[in-house]
Amino acid sequence: MSLLQSIKTFRGGVHPLEYKDLTENLAFEVMPNPKEVIIPIKQHIGKDSKPLVKKKDEVKAGQIIAEPDGFISSPIHSSVNGVVVNLHKENNASGFPVEAISIKPNEESEVLRMIPLNPKEITPEEIRERVREAGIVGQGGAAFPTFVKLTPPKDNVIDYVIINGAECEPYLTRDYRYMLERPKEIINGLKLIMKALGVAKGAIGIEDNKPEAIEVMKHISADDENISVEVVKTKYPQGAEKMLIKAITGREVPPGKLPLDCGVVIQNIGTAIAISDAVIKGEAQITAALTVSGLGIVNPKNLIVKVGTPLKEIIEYCGGVTDKARKVIVGGPMMGTAQFDFSAPVMKATSGILVLTDDEINEHEQTACLRCGKCVEACPLNLIPTKLARYSQLEKWEEAELFDITTCMECGTCTFTCPANIPLVQWVRLGKQKVIQMQRDKKTA
Amino acid sequence: MDATLLIAIATMGGLGFIFAGGLAIADKKLRVEENPLIGKVNDVLPGANCGGCGSAGCYDFAVKVVEGKVSVTGCPVGGEDTAKAIAEIMGVDASGSVKMLPVVLCQGGLSEAATKMAHYYGPISCSAMHLVSGANKQCYYGCLGGGDCVEACPFDAMVMNSNGIPEVIPELCTGCGMCVKACPRNVIEMHPADREVFVFCKNHDDPKTAKDVCKVACLGCGVCARPSDGAIVMDDFLPIIDYSKLDDSKIPFDKCRTGAIKKVHLN
Repeated sequence: MSLLQSIKTFRGGVHPLEYKDLTENLAFEVMPNPKEVIIPIKQHIGKDSKPLVKKKDEVKAGQIIAEPDGFISSPIHSSVNGVVVNLHKENNASGFPVEAISIKPNEESEVLRMIPLNPKEITPEEIRERVREAGIVGQGGAAFPTFVKLTPPKDNVIDYVIINGAECEPYLTRDYRYMLERPKEIINGLKLIMKALGVAKGAIGIEDNKPEAIEVMKHISADDENISVEVVKTKYPQGAEKMLIKAITGREVPPGKLPLDCGVVIQNIGTAIAISDAVIKGEAQITAALTVSGLGIVNPKNLIVKVGTPLKEIIEYCGGVTDKARKVIVGGPMMGTAQFDFSAPVMKATSGILVLTDDEINEHEQTACLRCGKCVEACPLNLIPTKLARYSQLEKWEEAELFDITTCMECGTCTFTCPANIPLVQWVRLGKQKVIQMQRDKKTA
Repeated sequence: MDATLLIAIATMGGLGFIFAGGLAIADKKLRVEENPLIGKVNDVLPGANCGGCGSAGCYDFAVKVVEGKVSVTGCPVGGEDTAKAIAEIMGVDASGSVKMLPVVLCQGGLSEAATKMAHYYGPISCSAMHLVSGANKQCYYGCLGGGDCVEACPFDAMVMNSNGIPEVIPELCTGCGMCVKACPRNVIEMHPADREVFVFCKNHDDPKTAKDVCKVACLGCGVCARPSDGAIVMDDFLPIIDYSKLDDSKIPFDKCRTGAIKKVHLN
């Protein structure tokens, strides 16, 4: 890359310490079945699924145990062969009690598969149907049902598909390992998404701190002139969909709109692989790949686990926690949720489990706002975090709405950069919820 | 007389007549007929503009009363006296207005509720805590102790006690219901001031979990429901009281192992 040509990126953002070296050279390891899997019937954005099994029912791995209820919903498959031991409320990784199906696994390892389809002859309709049947949800973290993304409204013209391999969250190396170990499936997945949407142009966006992955992906997509590998600058939140679209295509998603409003569909690396597996191998989404990392865990690993494996069994499998461990986070350190007990299960879109020590977390006392404007400078969406947080504290919801509080994607850049340690994103998050509630009330009134 | 003076008087006088004429026309043409009752009703209202009635303020409430959109007993702050005064103006019967008081239906304070192994670090506000499944208490249904209700009360009728549970001061409370709206966990409910029996728990967990998370949680055993002749029914491990059928002499309060159902005086 010549000096004159700057690397593609967006305005704002921050540079947290990466800590990726803890796991980036470790190949995926398959974790054996846990003693019990707890499968929540809601692992996606949208409506809860309806359970189809009862206590003491025998289930097979890959069998549908909860069916979708409504359009934006997803079927849930059993991740193991075994017997249903309980249907009860269990805390999920966000800390909220959700209905869950507990299954005690047996020795059998056979998995029910759907009929494999030929990717060359498959129709767009068949791809969508298969993605829905396989229960695939977005692996980027939000767990939006993928087939909904593949079914854009008729008046939206889509001309670009982006596979998100930026992986800008510190610690996480799942997508990086995927790119090194399963590049072929990523390309297959991308081609299937392009076919489902009738799009000719595809790109894979990778941050420039992953030169090996860039090389592998460039090599494997060399024959395909429709697919390009786009190198983007290493900066948080480069992997946020709006930021990656801005960096690669130069298009900006307007506030309150979706990527498809500017002609782009964006999917995670993991989602592309899941789509490829569902179509070519007929596999439902019953495993989750994740990074177990942090200075507080004895053996950091990249793992493939069954959906529903409790956090504590994974932590035990990785040798447990060290004496210095202070905080456990599910997801990345910037956007993940801190855990208060370890019984919560891994869900389809879980990307990491981090055990952090005092050295890695910031628990300094909050002081008064310095009016320095660092958060304003860093906000990738050009919002004014300090103002929004203040409105939220003062419960001035109308003013907050006026300053586009609902546009915030809660990336946490503002809180990370704040020298006064003000929990900005936490306040904005509260305000966002209240404003959305207010808008909903107005609509129904 | 000086001609200048005459011109000035004539000009000013003329202008005066023209504007007076304009006002007279405007009075006839642009007149807005307002029901005199609105003013009268507005005069007897407390004037706190608290919004407890659901209207935008006292005047808005007065308009709605006169239009017949809300009942004359609709002002929770003014209570019985105001209701009677409004009823007199409107010429209707005001019977049935009872003073309403908020009841905090959770007793799981700092010394009763079990805490999580993790420590909450973030804004001290119940709604913010609720977004991340609560602060340090394990119970998902109970009072968070962040004081959103205390802050919301326009009449300083709510205080946080040393155990981290808000208390209502009935003498100051006007029953506007702002605390009910502020609570993200719906722990506070409005009840008529003469009601005495309440279930002081909102926990829907199964008995074993409920016992683990709080010493004073309702365990959902149903001992209060059985002898009540259908006045109390169990729903998702909590008793629901039908006050129209309730006969408190039949309820075995002493048999409740955690003291979740109790007889109290609100006033």
